[in-house]
Amino acid sequence: MSALEGTRVIELSHERTAYAGKLLADMGADVVLVEPPRGDATRHWPPFAGDVPGPERSLHWWHYQTSKRGIVLELEDERGRELLRRLVARADVVLEGEDPGRLAGLGLDYPDLAALRPELVMASITPFGRSGPRRDELATDLTVLAAGGPVWSCGYDDHSLPPVRGLGGQATAIGGHYAALALLTALLHRAASGEGQHVDVSLHAAANVTTEMASYHWLVQRTTVQRQTGRHAMEPVTLPTQILCADGRHVCTGVPPRRPEEFARLVAWLESLGIGELEFPELVFLRRGAEREVLEFSQIGVDDEVTAIFAAAREAMNLAASLLPARDFFLGAQQVAGIPVGVIYSPEEAFEDAHFVARGFQAEVQHPELGRSVRYPGAPYRFEKSRWRIARRAPRLGEHTEEVLGAAGIARDEIEALLAAGVIRPAL
Amino acid sequence: MTKALARFRICDFTGQLAGAGATKWLAAFGAEVIRIEDPATQGRWDILRSMPPFVDERRGVDFGGGFNNHNVEKDGLTLNLRTQRAREILAEIVKRSDVVAENFASGVLERWGFGYERLRALRPDIIYVSNCGFGHVGPYASFKTWGPIVQAVCGLTFTSGLPDREPAGWGYSYMDHTGGMLMAIAILLALLHRERTGEGQWVDLACTEAGLTLHGPAILDWTVNGRPMRRPGSPHSNRSESPPMAPHGIYPARGVDEWVAIACRSDAEFAALGRVVAAPWAQEARFASLAGRLAAQDDLDALVAAWTRAREKGAVAASLQAAGIPAAAVARPQERIDGDPNTAAWGLWPRVEHSKMGSVRVDGLPVHLSKTDWELRRGGPCVGEHTELVLGRLLGLSREEVAKLRAEGVV
Repeated sequence: MSALEGTRVIELSHERTAYAGKLLADMGADVVLVEPPRGDATRHWPPFAGDVPGPERSLHWWHYQTSKRGIVLELEDERGRELLRRLVARADVVLEGEDPGRLAGLGLDYPDLAALRPELVMASITPFGRSGPRRDELATDLTVLAAGGPVWSCGYDDHSLPPVRGLGGQATAIGGHYAALALLTALLHRAASGEGQHVDVSLHAAANVTTEMASYHWLVQRTTVQRQTGRHAMEPVTLPTQILCADGRHVCTGVPPRRPEEFARLVAWLESLGIGELEFPELVFLRRGAEREVLEFSQIGVDDEVTAIFAAAREAMNLAASLLPARDFFLGAQQVAGIPVGVIYSPEEAFEDAHFVARGFQAEVQHPELGRSVRYPGAPYRFEKSRWRIARRAPRLGEHTEEVLGAAGIARDEIEALLAAGVIRPAL
Repeated sequence: MTKALARFRICDFTGQLAGAGATKWLAAFGAEVIRIEDPATQGRWDILRSMPPFVDERRGVDFGGGFNNHNVEKDGLTLNLRTQRAREILAEIVKRSDVVAENFASGVLERWGFGYERLRALRPDIIYVSNCGFGHVGPYASFKTWGPIVQAVCGLTFTSGLPDREPAGWGYSYMDHTGGMLMAIAILLALLHRERTGEGQWVDLACTEAGLTLHGPAILDWTVNGRPMRRPGSPHSNRSESPPMAPHGIYPARGVDEWVAIACRSDAEFAALGRVVAAPWAQEARFASLAGRLAAQDDLDALVAAWTRAREKGAVAASLQAAGIPAAAVARPQERIDGDPNTAAWGLWPRVEHSKMGSVRVDGLPVHLSKTDWELRRGGPCVGEHTELVLGRLLGLSREEVAKLRAEGVV
């Protein structure tokens, strides 16, 4: 049983809706992706399978359109619009990311569709929302993250270098999470009231409220955080937290040891690595840390011994890192010393890590055209009962046009006529 | 306005942002969210309770600005679960709740005697959602994390940076936000599942695993093409390979630490940029096609930067927007909060009334629902602020009975 089984979603294919649509589709919703005859633009986004470009080979497309069925409708043609209305009349949800005004111009905006289907829940994902003064600004992932706040907080201690945006289309991911939340909230309301509604999602607003301290420090105390390499943007400059390990990879250290038993475990870890007082004379301070009743950060710079103990802990971590590959450092610090640190993995390294493999994160997806399955990223959450699964690979252009229209009650001769007119497109 | 989630009650053990952010969504749509906190430690499990920012010189567990931001519209109840009576009261609350939400390290709730089996025994259709760094299952289930460590392990730190330097990472706990959003999505999905089947269930969320889902195409590039993202010159995260664009970057503007983002999506947009720049380099043949611009991207970036450096960031963005090119100033917090007509028109920074802090602005929500929109008015609860109210409302305890529990150290 899936949480959204039987929930019919019409998604007007767009780079801004793909992720929210996938969240619903992988949880069992019946998502029908509507593309124009030329296909969605993201079918041409690299990377490509085998590095060979082509509308069915984009790995971006493959990832974001899983579990959906795909149809082709020409919405610039009234006959195509009429087909869409007939599909919407049977749907629970419409998800779209068109620039503000386009759907109204086609007679397909929320009021038009709600007239056909009052219980419809419709979400519109746009860069700046559908009504604000900046609604018509042109935007990409980079410009949304720059205007919306995340970029200000990310980058390096050296402010002659530009601030940085993180990769992966995160503006759409943030907006997609909020779109999914709003749709599910509206579906729960509809379950109790029978009432549908429209949801306006702004990517710019979403970025603005996804910046943690940068926003609420300004809101509450009118101070401005400053970006710092690999750690929280803060008003004061804090100590570095990234350490270079023996294999050239980095680790991120967390809260340094503070409780006496943590110092005892740190000493034990160093000894297990063959680091004794000969190699690391400051070990004596770590032993003092293990013997003390309490250790307070606030005493750094006040109490000489406490200062030396915390400094020795930092030095010990640097020394261990210089001797160990990043993953060994991570495992040793966590398992032996109980100190929270994280190995800085690239995505593929994380994907292959034993923890995620053991949790069953890798999802095998059949690609009949390739005659094999492909390993995909799996579920973001593990439900005990609601099934998360990739029901099928991303749709080929027009793959389900006839199947979906047929199931919606469109007569065979009508489908033939529409195919001949180029209003719809069949599977190739 | 009608509250979309008013019929649901959440027994909420969450804290920080990764957990509290999830239940903030539910509370904003009218769910009854009851935060359960430990009176002995004054709720300090959530360290944000007493952390900056502060509205004035007052300090303490009721003055943390971050806590207030993440806990608006929630009720605060204290229960000292070291006492038998408090555990009995918690059992009664669980029986009356739809959801139990927590983001402790794995095993903590179990040790208090409220693991999933117990919760289910108390209420067969309970929805239990746990959220921690590595999840409750798997070899690293006992590892400790916080936001930056989650981001390190899941690849997000690595994929943010300039080439041939150490990672820049995310300058905040992006995965606390994201983990919280996915946790809230999981709660809503489980509620929908229950409405259809009558079944409750346990959902386990590992923030590291959730973060891994944010790199789909990069992971497929690895599993399909065998191409790792860790390779010379990669990542260069201000550039765009998918889709390929050039120029595409964050360029210096006039002033100290001022920047502007520019993204040219097509040859036509580059030609338009050339007309705005009106410099000979924009007409060079090597820049006419995307392939040429990608091949000469270092040179192109230097030329664009030389043009933007002399100009004010807002003026650069406005002139390019007018020419049909996506561009935006890199906004400082003050600029996007107090100087952006769009966030103001959205109502993105609502004022809530906090019992001790007074009127404080907080993060609003980036959605508007036409019939059941969110509403944020009440500030986060002070420690135990609603103990009497909640115990009276839910369990019918009188003022005197609550006073007795207070004297006994139960609440």
